[in-house]
Amino acid sequence: MKYTYYPGCTAGTTSVEFGLSTEAVCEALDIELLELDDWSCCGASSAHSLNHELSLSLPGRNVALAQEAGLDTVIPCPACYQTSLSADIALREDEAWRRKMESMLDFRYTGQGRPRHILDVLSYDLEIEAIQARVTKSLEGLKVASYYGCVLVRPPEKTGWDDAEHPITMDCLVGAIGAEPVDWSYKVDCCGASLTLSKSEVVVTLANKIVEGAIEAGADCIASACGICQINLDTRQAGVEKVPIFYFTELMALAFGLPGVEKWFGKHTVDPRPLLRERGLLT
Amino acid sequence: MTIAVGIDPTFVDVVRERSGERIHRCFYCQRCTVGCPTAHVMEYKPAQLLRLIQLGQKDRVLDSSAIWMCVACEACGTRCPNQIRLAPVMDVLRIMAVKEKHALEPSVYALHRSFLDSIRLWGRVHELSLIMEHKVRCLLAEPPLFFHGLISDLIMGADLILKGKIAFVPERIKRMGEVKRLYEEAAGAESEGDE
Ligand code: SF4
Ligand code: SF4
Repeated sequence: MKYTYYPGCTAGTTSVEFGLSTEAVCEALDIELLELDDWSCCGASSAHSLNHELSLSLPGRNVALAQEAGLDTVIPCPACYQTSLSADIALREDEAWRRKMESMLDFRYTGQGRPRHILDVLSYDLEIEAIQARVTKSLEGLKVASYYGCVLVRPPEKTGWDDAEHPITMDCLVGAIGAEPVDWSYKVDCCGASLTLSKSEVVVTLANKIVEGAIEAGADCIASACGICQINLDTRQAGVEKVPIFYFTELMALAFGLPGVEKWFGKHTVDPRPLLRERGLLT
Repeated sequence: MTIAVGIDPTFVDVVRERSGERIHRCFYCQRCTVGCPTAHVMEYKPAQLLRLIQLGQKDRVLDSSAIWMCVACEACGTRCPNQIRLAPVMDVLRIMAVKEKHALEPSVYALHRSFLDSIRLWGRVHELSLIMEHKVRCLLAEPPLFFHGLISDLIMGADLILKGKIAFVPERIKRMGEVKRLYEEAAGAESEGDE
């Protein structure tokens, strides 16, 4: 399988473990990722907050870069995924806008590939057996709270996710690698996102509510599919009991026995290695 | 007939038109408010904001800090029985507030502006210079803001630098001309507000 790949700004920096584990897991599953040449930032929440046109044209540039290959584009960051979806819909449905973009950036919109989140691709483009077959070290005994956050699943008419209130796609993957998905109430609650830099007290409140919810449900750790969620939950924990926050792709890489995993874990704020050693999942 | 200062009866139609959201339909069930993650820091809750818009209370809405607290999580739009999404409404309100020189929530506004400046300069976001610009903008807008959360930000920043998760040197994309073009076009389409 082949996809174009939009890593986004954080996959090389604040969520470098997400970028690396996404690439490693795809390679292990024979998924080829072709990085878009010279991609630029999607504008995230700042573009749509201050300038409507930029909120469509910045991610639109990346959608434009993906046109020639005509493949679906894999995106790890839910914020990039969301802005790319909006940009793709605008190019698809608004002819005047499409013409303007095509002339500004000198490309032709074919609409063949679509922006896809990595969780969507790993859940729906592969048989679950293909993932199970790759497991060399089952994560038995590890209780995982799957955390989806906000714009990965919402608004449902745009993302088309399995269920906007009770999604189970990540839980299924977690189960496929031998871990135990935990039922809990905060799967789709918002962590405060970009307010982490401008209104950190809001994020502290929200992140701790989510972490406490996971502890209450008996989880050992949380699996995340977002760089902003991961950093907010990982760095803002105020309670005595700390919970490791993994990217779901890190857990997959661990179960696949891929090299480099331990190095990624060293980059977390709440060190997950003691928990994994205690469970015999890391030497 | 005299109309009270700050009241604009056309406001609701303008917001409806620009956001594409059918805000007339709101019957104040407050489901949006109940599920909103940041309602606790909004002086007007999401449903109240919609009611104020319906009543033409333009100045109160555009001067509020509430419109800057929305993180576009889309919980309200997913749950509203009338399919009203607040996120696009909030975008329209923020853009109007900047353009018409209303009171802006300084820290949040400064962050968005620094973020867009970073992309304008490098084509991608460079966290370190973005955070520094944000701090400077806060200092200029409201000096005490500079110190707000400074210690915890520094500790977090130092931790991320030590772990190699923040790059010192920004990476610039090759075809910056394209990004520049997008900014110029967008600035023409609607004012980005003051610098
Ligand atoms: S949920 Fe919808 S109808 Fe109910 S108060 Fe909010 S916007 Fe109005
Ligand atoms: S989109 Fe904004 S207003 Fe709606 S629930 Fe989320 S933060 Fe609140």
